[in-house]
Amino acid sequence: MLTKRIIPCLDVTQGRVVKGTSFTNLRDAGDPVELADFYYREGADELVFLDIGATPEGRGTMVDIVERCSEQVFIPLSVGGGIRSAGDMRRMLEAGADKITINTAAVNSPELISQGAVRFGAQCIVVAIDTRRQVDGDEPGWEVLTHGGRKPTGIDAVWWASESVRLGAGELLLTSWDADGQRTGYDLELTRTISRTVTVPVIASGGAGSLEHLYQALVTGQADAVLAASIFHYGTYSIRQAKEYLASRGIAIRIQGEDQ
Amino acid sequence: MKSSDRREITIIDYGAGNLRSVANAVIKLGYEPVVTGNPDKVLAARIVILPGVGAAADTVHSLRELGMEAVIRRLVREKRPLLAICVGLQVMLSETEEGGRHPCFGIVPGRVKRLPEGQKVPHMGWNQVKQRTSHPIFQGIPDEANFYFAHSYYADPSDTSAVAGTTDCGASICSVLIKDNLVATQFHPEKSGDYGLRIYTNFLRLAEQSQPERRTRQ
Repeated sequence: MLTKRIIPCLDVTQGRVVKGTSFTNLRDAGDPVELADFYYREGADELVFLDIGATPEGRGTMVDIVERCSEQVFIPLSVGGGIRSAGDMRRMLEAGADKITINTAAVNSPELISQGAVRFGAQCIVVAIDTRRQVDGDEPGWEVLTHGGRKPTGIDAVWWASESVRLGAGELLLTSWDADGQRTGYDLELTRTISRTVTVPVIASGGAGSLEHLYQALVTGQADAVLAASIFHYGTYSIRQAKEYLASRGIAIRIQGEDQ
Repeated sequence: MKSSDRREITIIDYGAGNLRSVANAVIKLGYEPVVTGNPDKVLAARIVILPGVGAAADTVHSLRELGMEAVIRRLVREKRPLLAICVGLQVMLSETEEGGRHPCFGIVPGRVKRLPEGQKVPHMGWNQVKQRTSHPIFQGIPDEANFYFAHSYYADPSDTSAVAGTTDCGASICSVLIKDNLVATQFHPEKSGDYGLRIYTNFLRLAEQSQPERRTRQ
């Protein structure tokens, strides 16, 4: 049985992890490679690097980070932020990334999804969809945001999710900007609506504050994976604690040390 | 043979595939990866890895263009150590349904099929491998350990004697295929943590053990 994935997200700018961490046992908690290795050893199922600066210089730095990371971290690595062409994708894949996350570039040039899927395989094209809730009568609705959540597009997120998959996305990374940073839980309605709509795996993101929230996203939200940053970075919970909690509640989880 | 050759592992480069990750796994285990698209070099190699990402038909096409099909057939026929990963497993079968019907290498009879509907495709994430044999490739790995998968098609060999491991993902799929010294995995051992690296270690040990036999035969 396919297990649910726990994915720590590392926001990086100019080669440094942005959100501070409180791991005192790391030599340099701001070094993305060292933090990635730490999570790998803790039993993370996958890692996401997001270059939130997304400058051309930052991209070069990210290639270096991915290269160094893939030398010591033997779980899937997903890389996003500022990837605008099939050439950018190739550079990251050649550096050792397994998946490419595209967001604004996919909205601006949807053909980028197809190009990536055809050249590199659907399994390595992740479309990240940033959303904000819209109030429109009784029906819930979500609008797609681009440019790191700054720019509303008027595009319906549920439609865009289906369209991304039609174009070749192998996975969706859904972020609720209403919930992000609030630590009050994922937007379960958004997650469930899109997870039921598409046939590809869905990663829930934005709002994790407790282990119960992870459980809710996987069960009520029907997500295939949960992404979280601060609850892990600040050491509120370890990956292992999160996994043991979810396993104790009956979720299929890979527990390192028991099975590996 | 130069002494420096002894730790070399040859990785087939056909313009796709996650070469970097495979090379990194090989380095981690103390070997030296040699990445090449040259059939002569592959034929001369002691130990060969065929990585795989993408579609089986494209992979077959790219390998044929390079003149690698005959080399791969010969490696298997001569029972030389070959580790094939993901699509590398799929190309060993007779044909694939991906993008229409396309012939593959037919080294193991059977077909590559689309994963069944009613579940998320690609089959993406960590899933258990049920060990169907007590083959040394599984040494130190408990039954039903998790490995990392990322694929939309799967191998369905008609010769079930080659199926060494299976995984349940809607269908019960062949996740480990073994024919003599060909070891093929549908999952990515280089992305499967400690147990994945253990698959590499076990394969390399088996490969080393098969070397003297090969030399006496030649």
